[in-house]
Amino acid sequence: MIELSAKTPCAGLLPLETGGMSLRELEAVPITSIMPLNGKHGAVSTALEKAVGAALPDIGRSLAGKSTEVLWTGQNQFFLIGATAPDLPAGVTDQSDAWTRVALDGGRGAQVLARLCPVDCGALEVGDVIRSQIGHMSAIIICREAGFELMVFRAFASTLVHELELVMNSIAAQDEIRD
Amino acid sequence: MRIECPICGNRDRREFYYLGAADYLDRPALGDQDAMHKYLHLRENPAGVTRDLWHHEAGCSAWVVVERNVSTHEVLSTALASDVKRAGA
Ligand SMILES: [Zn+2]
Repeated sequence: MIELSAKTPCAGLLPLETGGMSLRELEAVPITSIMPLNGKHGAVSTALEKAVGAALPDIGRSLAGKSTEVLWTGQNQFFLIGATAPDLPAGVTDQSDAWTRVALDGGRGAQVLARLCPVDCGALEVGDVIRSQIGHMSAIIICREAGFELMVFRAFASTLVHELELVMNSIAAQDEIRD
Repeated sequence: MRIECPICGNRDRREFYYLGAADYLDRPALGDQDAMHKYLHLRENPAGVTRDLWHHEAGCSAWVVVERNVSTHEVLSTALASDVKRAGA
């Protein structure tokens, strides 16, 4: 019998710390895509709130439940993070192994993302979610109290870390030559 | 160039994929060869206002009808393709 060992997307790549910024991988949790069927947005929202304590958020927002969260992730699309989905009148897909999730903390996240993302992430408020790009990768960016949470497809884990590390190092280096 | 996504708001052009004329929303009935030929191959090419389909590929994934002036690069209006289609039906 072949023994396979589980590896997280950023195994061996993170954590990183430089210039007061930190980048770490978030723990692997269930991720489920939920796309309500036509006319079922309200029914899905109610059922979800009952099951996990969070309803469907508004466009560009997230809602926290009991150790779970629901993110808006696109046109008529939501991600349930941290719990499996109940029966819903929606298109439901398990995407748990499909994503890389990292936290960019330290209060300079907007400065880092300014070099990689075409959206002004400094203008986001805590709990805001956007779909945009990090470098050339399609990404989900969530604004947190401590910084930003970033999600890209699992196969892009090393590219994501590479892009972020370059920028973090560059910003840290510029601190040294400020005067 | 920046495009106003009806869902996400004002976004950089690089987040969008360009498909072509909004004529693609008006697919003719099957069997009408002449109309199908026009639908697939014949396009106006004005030096002025055009209506095109753009996909907010790196954003919310919506299809957007963008009315813009190709001479001045001004974006005049945007609407969800699903809304345009529904209104026309
Ligand atoms: Zn959009």
